[in-house]
Amino acid sequence: MTRQPSDPPIEPLLRDLTPQVLGIVVRRFRDFAAAEDAVQEASLAAATQWPRDGLPQNPRAWLTQVAFRRMTDHIRSESARRHRESEAACEMDQLAPPVDAAGESDHDDTLILLFMCCHPALTPASAIALTLRAVGGLTTAEIAHAFLVPESTMAQRISRAKQKIKDSEIPFQLPTPGVRARRLHEVLHVLYLIFNEGYTSSAGPDLRRADLSQEAMRLTRIVHQLQPDDTEVAGLLALMLLTDARRQARTTAEGELIPLSQQDRSLWDRQQIAQGVAVLTATLPRGAVGPYQLQAAIAAVHDEASNVEDTDWPQILALYDLLKCMSDNPMVALNRAIAVAMVHGPMKALELLDALKMDARLADHHRLDAVRAHLLELAEDHMGAVRHYRAAAGKTGSLPERHYLLGQAARLSSKLPLTNEQE
Amino acid sequence: MKYILMMNGTKAHFSEYTKWSKKDMEANVAFMRAFSKQLKDEGLYVATEGLGWPDQAKLVRSGKDGTPITDGVFPESKEFLAGYWIVDVDSPEQAYMIAARASAAPGLGGAPCNMPIEVRQVLGSHSDLGL
Repeated sequence: MTRQPSDPPIEPLLRDLTPQVLGIVVRRFRDFAAAEDAVQEASLAAATQWPRDGLPQNPRAWLTQVAFRRMTDHIRSESARRHRESEAACEMDQLAPPVDAAGESDHDDTLILLFMCCHPALTPASAIALTLRAVGGLTTAEIAHAFLVPESTMAQRISRAKQKIKDSEIPFQLPTPGVRARRLHEVLHVLYLIFNEGYTSSAGPDLRRADLSQEAMRLTRIVHQLQPDDTEVAGLLALMLLTDARRQARTTAEGELIPLSQQDRSLWDRQQIAQGVAVLTATLPRGAVGPYQLQAAIAAVHDEASNVEDTDWPQILALYDLLKCMSDNPMVALNRAIAVAMVHGPMKALELLDALKMDARLADHHRLDAVRAHLLELAEDHMGAVRHYRAAAGKTGSLPERHYLLGQAARLSSKLPLTNEQE
Repeated sequence: MKYILMMNGTKAHFSEYTKWSKKDMEANVAFMRAFSKQLKDEGLYVATEGLGWPDQAKLVRSGKDGTPITDGVFPESKEFLAGYWIVDVDSPEQAYMIAARASAAPGLGGAPCNMPIEVRQVLGSHSDLGL
């Protein structure tokens, strides 16, 4: 049966099915690392065969069957290696349940996979890679490309992550209620990191990186559907929607950064903003307000202002005051300082920065200099602003940010009397 | 985060290397090969290259009509890049640990070279939402 024009596109279908099939295979064979390899192979086989032969009647059953076969092959060769009787492998074959089993635990499995892939035993880079593979269904090549490393490096990173899971004996089950909140927090953090990576990469020909934000939103949406009562999941989803809505206005075609205050708001995706606000509005009344919801609320206040002059800074400051109570993150304090400046003037905000300077986590961070520069500019200390813009430029790890900061310094220093340019 | 780990040397350093025993040279080459493989196995490897030697180095400037003006004269003290590794790590400290491993490559008589490795961040096009 050849491919019909009405057949759904294969790539998104495969990515939806991957975690489902993985869940089924892991439940059956209890070996996450081997199962993940088997599902990858099945997925790659599908990517080759389905365009040629047409979609199977039951794509999920097809994938599961192929993955099961890979698993029994793997077990057989492992058995041979350990000189065990091959009858044991045949026995497993006979015991395999009908591959068409509806899998009433589908939803639990995606969540379980997420908890596994985001386990704190893994480094952030490993968790990100493994999540994109096992839950996102991206190929190793796609993930490698997204993170600008060679494919073999990414393959190794994923392989080692799976080994870590094996060695740490992380069970294939939902975390116990006692730790579930903390573990969910870790999942959200990984999803946030993926979003960040995709959103802040420069626009331009490398659209695969933009796809990372889409992928992060897709996965967060799935978690939201599986845990509709969790307010922070909803908060993160809203935050992503509201932030991503500004994507088109955030960079020039060449990838240069445009700050919020100067963005062309007609390029903002108003529909997506409405979506984000809707998610947030449904969530906030539930109580249990957390950091992601607050950050989403701040984004919403920005997004609802049609001009930068209409921005409700007192409301933003009030939200930051709340956020500061629940988050020790020095970035929150930095962002709050900007809001303080807009409501109470730059001098008050600069006082806050002096206190922040003591925080070891901010010691060499370029954002401390960048925010100070911005505040000094508001306070009309142009020389000080130029100095700190340049200092920030020297510390940032991002090329577009460096260009932006040096540009700010150049703009201001052109206003200074000539003698001062010797700085 | 990506870091570049650079091995530099003056002409004198390069010249010294050519006088190593075959055994010492082979040990050093074997180390470098194994080191790159380790980085790949660890899922940290991005790139590595060795560069042509200082005697072949040229400084090029644009001349009239776009023709290049080449010059092979460098000060004795000039440090030339011998080669580099680019690694993808979670922190600068991790990059320093890897650089230390490179620095311990075997040299004269098989003893660790302890050569200084310059470590610099490779800028990305990705910044931070700052949330």
